[in-house]
Amino acid sequence: MITPKPAHLQPRYDVVVVGGGPAGLAAAVGARESGAERVLVIDREPEAGGILQQCIHPGFGLHHFGEELTGPEYAQRAIEQTLEQDVDVLSSAYVLDVAGDRRLKVTSRDHGVAFLDAGAVVLAMGARERTRGAIRIPGERPAGVMTAGFAQKLVNLGGMLPGRRAVILGSGDIGLIMARRLVLEGVEVEGVYELMPHANGLNRNLVQCLHDYDIPLHLSTTVVHIDGRERVEKVTVAPVDEAYRPNMAQARDIPCDTLLVSIGLIPDNELAHRLGLRLDPVTTGPVVTSTMETTRDGVFACGNVVHIHDLVDYVSQESLLAGRGAGAYAIGTPTPPDNVRLTPGENVRYCVPPTITTDREHTVYMRVTKPMAPCTLRLGDVYNRPLRYVFPGEMVTLKVRPRFLEGFHGGSLPVSIVPREEGGSA
Amino acid sequence: MRYDVAVIGGGVIGCAIARELSRYRLRAVVIERECEVGLGTSKANSGIIHAGHHGAEGTLKGELEWRGNQMWDALADDLHFGFKRVGDLTCAFDDDQRATLRQIMEQGKRRGVPGLELWGPERIRREEPHLSHDILEALYAPTAGVVNPYEACFMLAESAVLNGVDLALERTVRNIRRSEKGFEIEAVVRDAPDGAVVRDAPDGAVVRDAPDGAVVGADADATRELIKARFVVDAAGLHADAIADMVDAGGFGIRARKGEEYLLDKRLVGYVKRIVFPCPTPTTKGILIIPTYDGTLMVGPTATWADKDDLTTTAEGSAEVFAGARKLAPGISEKDCIAEFAGLRAVSDTEEFILGPSRVAGFVLAAGMQSPGLTAAPAVATVVLDALRDDGLELVAKDDFVPGVPAPVRFAELSYGEQRSLVARDPAYARLVCRCEIVTEGEVRDAIDRGARTLDGIKFRTRAGMGRCQGGFCTWGCMELLHERLGIPLTAVTKRGGDSYVAIPRLEGAA
Repeated sequence: MITPKPAHLQPRYDVVVVGGGPAGLAAAVGARESGAERVLVIDREPEAGGILQQCIHPGFGLHHFGEELTGPEYAQRAIEQTLEQDVDVLSSAYVLDVAGDRRLKVTSRDHGVAFLDAGAVVLAMGARERTRGAIRIPGERPAGVMTAGFAQKLVNLGGMLPGRRAVILGSGDIGLIMARRLVLEGVEVEGVYELMPHANGLNRNLVQCLHDYDIPLHLSTTVVHIDGRERVEKVTVAPVDEAYRPNMAQARDIPCDTLLVSIGLIPDNELAHRLGLRLDPVTTGPVVTSTMETTRDGVFACGNVVHIHDLVDYVSQESLLAGRGAGAYAIGTPTPPDNVRLTPGENVRYCVPPTITTDREHTVYMRVTKPMAPCTLRLGDVYNRPLRYVFPGEMVTLKVRPRFLEGFHGGSLPVSIVPREEGGSA
Repeated sequence: MRYDVAVIGGGVIGCAIARELSRYRLRAVVIERECEVGLGTSKANSGIIHAGHHGAEGTLKGELEWRGNQMWDALADDLHFGFKRVGDLTCAFDDDQRATLRQIMEQGKRRGVPGLELWGPERIRREEPHLSHDILEALYAPTAGVVNPYEACFMLAESAVLNGVDLALERTVRNIRRSEKGFEIEAVVRDAPDGAVVRDAPDGAVVRDAPDGAVVGADADATRELIKARFVVDAAGLHADAIADMVDAGGFGIRARKGEEYLLDKRLVGYVKRIVFPCPTPTTKGILIIPTYDGTLMVGPTATWADKDDLTTTAEGSAEVFAGARKLAPGISEKDCIAEFAGLRAVSDTEEFILGPSRVAGFVLAAGMQSPGLTAAPAVATVVLDALRDDGLELVAKDDFVPGVPAPVRFAELSYGEQRSLVARDPAYARLVCRCEIVTEGEVRDAIDRGARTLDGIKFRTRAGMGRCQGGFCTWGCMELLHERLGIPLTAVTKRGGDSYVAIPRLEGAA
């Protein structure tokens, strides 16, 4: 579907959402739901939908739409929801700057360079992929070393292939998905190599993308050298010890013409920096409240800008919340302040949001540092939940209901995930 | 038609010589192995215009560093490449090093380098708060600058071409013969992998299937070409020794000394404002912190002997660079690294420039151009022209020499009003291609129209792909624009020519 273009840009919107991926689209819907009238989504691509548009595999939407969709189908649903809500989508556009008073400098193919004022802003720019440079893989710098996401775009949107024989470094979800995708296209995938002693992607992707296609996964192994003057000719892999130091005595060369790197995503926080938002050193995204408001009044954030999600469904749900918060702010509806701080304890890297209220239900997302099974999620002394397993590649979600916190009148609540004896009741 | 002068090597030295030659009524050609100029050592260096006080007295390196330094402002005014004088600090951590700082300062003063000052700890803290508190004293030199060296090459070459010089790219010189009228240069033209048309030789002297069958092996399917010139300038960098040996004008050796450099995230723009040097030792200037022209911090370089084709970065190099940089500014971390590269210095046996006439009349040398070769380049060009004149080349100034080139649009650097009127004139400047560095479609298009043929060519002209996402987002847009502007398939787009393709067509019969 062609996204209709706004004929005119208004000088002021109730809510301006930066980014037209699943986060931004859901935030726009949330803003309308909470009463904001003029809502604008600014997206850099000619079509909204974000990275979903290149994710042509199924597996999206089970939680949010109640059925299994492909990425473009999910994007389409999200776009249609915004259109039903009369949200304007400004595509082929980019926010060059944003000032503290929520004045945005925007450039777009259709409307040139302009300033827009926003009653509230939602940051939904998503994430970028870590690259080879970030981990300083030694060797030459030939063509053929690329992020898994770029390869996905080449294959799925460009109808091309990255090469004939590929090695994949990193077991992130995009890398796993691309391993299968390349095999289906006739590309030989020699193997997936992961520095950590455990995989980083979703379990279902390990099964459906690697195991079902006989693609080997080598844990505690990394690429230590890249060779090739013009195009990749070979890479060298070596096992690593507990401190991730490669054992060069066991290094081996793999002839290949392509190295895909799938070594993680980084929240794209250019605008957060410009706004001087407080960032969380663990997630590297902005610190948010339970309404997804950042440390600056009227500036909200959601989706991969805040923390890296593994399911788009959770992005949409979190972003609806951010949009509702932004809409409420823009029309002057007060929100009660958070009075509970969730402090990460054993095997919990972070909680988003890090603060909540005792008066309503909150969905809290968290990630663990190491695999554990079986285990118990503990919310201070007030609540326990047994979990079959936890895994760094899979986000843990917890609905914190007001009844859990009855008798708790605010303050700090440690969140931890601790081992549980099999059969024990925790 | 034949050339008066053939310059072998399209690095910054060759480009500066070509641009100097283009002031005169003569026919000149630059012969370059790569598909664009400036992609060898000239691209992969620290990008520093040295202050003028480093090089020892009585050496060519020392004298030309200062002469060259003074020529960059005028060049940058004409040619619009990124250049600014940010100043440098050479740091002393003990009394011996403080004594060395004084020697360098006196050396600079005698040479006429202005503004040299010794800064104590208090001044250092005030001006550069992120530097180590262990620095006892620093020598400040305001004349030091940073330049985007690749941009300088592109613009020097563009100016030369605008004034009539030919560029013969993707030509590897295999032999040079002396002839009655000068020299015959035999070059191998590399066929592009997908059968792209090889451009005609500049003087039409294309020789296919050479009768002596000299071209064999890997080059069997390549095209040979003869380029005739009365004078030859050897500016072939790492291979200047081999080129000179072809006509017996050599007798010197060039070795490669590798330098690894690491680029840091834009988060650190402004962290250090001046180029920061440790106190030099007799063999090296050490590991530096360089605030590049665009603000991105760069740390390096290492200095290790290497093969002439060894452009690898190494774990050891990375460790050395970050340890060295942290000694100067303890807050610098590997975590901020976004990219790394290695370059090869062309080092002569004597470590000195080999510059001027050779023992073969008409064959002029510009070899051994390691640091401060970039700084010295404009001065080197004038020395080379003097040598050519001494060897009998007539230099008659053109009346119609155009010193300038059109200033490239830098959307991100314009004011709001300028951006609005630019975009109203041409909406291509309103669409962003590279978001990390804020580069528009119009700028990428202009770069292609001005000679970029590859992704690296676009990157080094516009910065698209140089930022923290390292081309993750903009490569696609750049590929599409190369496809549109050059009429080549997307699968023929390369990173930097040859077999450095980015994508291949789908395989037949795949699912």
